[in-house]
Amino acid sequence: MDASQDRIRVIIAKVGLDGHDRGVKIVARTLRDAGMDVIYTGLHRTPEEVVDAAIQEDVDVIGVSILSGAHMTVFPRLVELLKAKGADDIRVVGGGVIPDDDLPKLRALGVSEILLQDTPPETIVAAVRRVVAERGAR
Amino acid sequence: MSYVPSAELVARVLEGNLRAIARLATRAESGVDEARMALDDVFRHAGRAHIVGITGVPGSGKSTLVTALTAAIRRTGRKVAIVAIDPSSPFSGGSILGDRIRMGEVAGDPGVFVRSMATRGALGGLARGALEVVDVLDAAGFDVVVIETVGVGQDEVDVARAAHTTVVVSAPGLGDDIQAIKAGILEIADIHAVSKCDRPDANRTIADLKNMLAMAVGAGTRYGVRLTSKPGAAPDRELEWRPPVIATSSQRGDGVDELLTAIDRHYAALRDSGELDARRARIAERRMLAAAEDILRTRFAQHRDGRVAELLGAICERQVSPHAAATRLLDELNVGGHA
Repeated sequence: MDASQDRIRVIIAKVGLDGHDRGVKIVARTLRDAGMDVIYTGLHRTPEEVVDAAIQEDVDVIGVSILSGAHMTVFPRLVELLKAKGADDIRVVGGGVIPDDDLPKLRALGVSEILLQDTPPETIVAAVRRVVAERGAR
Repeated sequence: MSYVPSAELVARVLEGNLRAIARLATRAESGVDEARMALDDVFRHAGRAHIVGITGVPGSGKSTLVTALTAAIRRTGRKVAIVAIDPSSPFSGGSILGDRIRMGEVAGDPGVFVRSMATRGALGGLARGALEVVDVLDAAGFDVVVIETVGVGQDEVDVARAAHTTVVVSAPGLGDDIQAIKAGILEIADIHAVSKCDRPDANRTIADLKNMLAMAVGAGTRYGVRLTSKPGAAPDRELEWRPPVIATSSQRGDGVDELLTAIDRHYAALRDSGELDARRARIAERRMLAAAEDILRTRFAQHRDGRVAELLGAICERQVSPHAAATRLLDELNVGGHA
């Protein structure tokens, strides 16, 4: 293992009352197997907690999975908090069950990528790498 | 925050700027040359924090106990930073760092900073760059820096050469009294914490540990002085310290205040006896030698296809022994200079 290699850091979180974490654990493992450091926060976090943790952990990407339908509340709040804390170089990637109509709205709000159900693992890895590459070095 | 050179991050770290602390920690972790001088600078500003190591087998309840302990330290008004270490995959090099799952209770407290780190191939229970991350947090003004090791087996004792106070967490139901008298992890404890003491079999674990400690004292082992090895930094007087065994239950909230009292008492005893300076000297020695090893490893990697490969060939053909080849390699590489 090369200690000097820049490793992508991702925080994976579940926000609010949504208790379904099987999918998010598979995503965490997929990213681990792609050589990333994945910080998993566990269930029932608030957007404030996730953003504070993302800043302390200096992650490249926040990945939040939402299956509860609260995506139009949670994602805008995450983006807004990151901006307010001067941390909008941390990118937000969403996942879960999200209606097609909401996708352009979320992108316009500043969510970098949305990965819906049935997304293959290699697509998830490629999307995270692309989002980080597009942001550039920091 | 866009790109900021490490040299400029230092002043912000000293002001306690969270993003600067986090970014410099990332660079310390990845070991980039660009951050080297900044980290040297940070080191000169560090040295005020009480560094507490928490270690124990996987699943012994380290993260849960660290969270409860952190909440207790916060009630005394002190600021706490936690470096929580989990393993890297030996295959992909990636990791899942899950210590934050248990740390909900202290989330959102501005006096608490949690940083997760992956071992990145380091053995011994710590992560590569972990102690430089501790320097960053120390220099940033955290009063206590807690290092939570990766879940360890019997022999990963590096944390005792990195922390001022080492707490070994034992959980009930993981072996008999012979486990407790074996060499290794239990010997490094300044304080023993037994977790999950709401369980009925916890009394057995507590009794085994206490017996083990009583036996050691009976055999003439003196605790506290055994770790002093630097002749130049001999303690003013012998440290009178017997590792206490503290029963804790995070479920019931028992024992955590007692644990904090023991940690504070230990630090005071280190200071009063002069043993703290001896431990600082020991930490310095270990860090310098570890850094020298890292430099060597990097230099060897740079010559992997050249001189290293030639010597390997000679060893395989039994023309030269591994030891003789190593001596030759060190002579040739002029290790002290820059690559």
